[in-house]
Amino acid sequence: MSAPAAHHYTSTGLDSRKVAIWAFIGSECMLFVSLISTYLIYKGRSRVGPFPHETWVDPSSGHHFHAILNIPVTSASTFTLLMSSLFMVLALAAVQHKNVPKHTRSERILGSSKLWLWATAIAGTTFLGFQAFEFTSFVHEGLSIRTNLFGSSFFTLTGFHGAHVTAGVIWLVTLLSIDYKRGLGPKDELIVDIAALYWHFVDVVWIAIFTLVYLIK
Amino acid sequence: MEHDTAHTDSPAAPAHVETHHPGWSVYWKVALILTLITVGEVWMYYVPSIVASRAFVPGLLALSALKFAIVVMFYMHLKYDHKLFRALFTGPLFIAAFTLLALMFLFGHLSAKL
Repeated sequence: MSAPAAHHYTSTGLDSRKVAIWAFIGSECMLFVSLISTYLIYKGRSRVGPFPHETWVDPSSGHHFHAILNIPVTSASTFTLLMSSLFMVLALAAVQHKNVPKHTRSERILGSSKLWLWATAIAGTTFLGFQAFEFTSFVHEGLSIRTNLFGSSFFTLTGFHGAHVTAGVIWLVTLLSIDYKRGLGPKDELIVDIAALYWHFVDVVWIAIFTLVYLIK
Repeated sequence: MEHDTAHTDSPAAPAHVETHHPGWSVYWKVALILTLITVGEVWMYYVPSIVASRAFVPGLLALSALKFAIVVMFYMHLKYDHKLFRALFTGPLFIAAFTLLALMFLFGHLSAKL
């Protein structure tokens, strides 16, 4: 592809790919708010447990269910995702400044796009691991997507978010493969920026979910 | 290096659009602030007197909104980017937030508290 053809400018002077990702993120806001709305509408309306913040005793079996949400584990996964956003923005900065000479060891570390892309992908995968652990433990404790309204709305909301994180990790791996193949440089700033915008969006959605689903009783 | 200029020259570009991104030190400070806010949120969850108070839910929502805004402004560079991007993001966000509030009223979650 020739150099001018590689750019996709709109009449505003902005690259159409960046306009598209912001429009996509805007539409994703609506998707996630609809899922969060569904969760909040059904909150407290489940007829049977387990419940997110309260204990419940099954009247038919006498089985005791404790509050199912594990705040320490989710706090750790939230911290991991927040740090992944830091790593992603450092990866973008490293790509932008690839051609700037690096004299010190810290400058070389900060300027390594591979390092920060790996760190972001690993943090994203760790978050998914936390989510898999949470889902598995919930099922073992008696909460599935079919158990009650809380289970249905909770697994749908967090499952959709997890699917977005998975897509983000795959996207990061493709960027890493490009970086290993030919190296990412300032000319690739936009493709990394677009991936970064998606990744940060996934992070801000989790910021909302963490508060609305996990912390507010 | 606190601010950098990132732009692309092209004969096809009808206007020269520059974006200014903050430097590494700003990114680290933002991460520290986000971590401290998260620690504050979790701390609030474990203090019974705060949970029982009327400020618990509004406080958590405010801290969450602050984190959201910080990530969007500094990590997604919306503070520095073109205003069209701001419109593309905040427009649907406001519509979505309005829809959420309307649904909460419709299903009696907020009207019971007012």
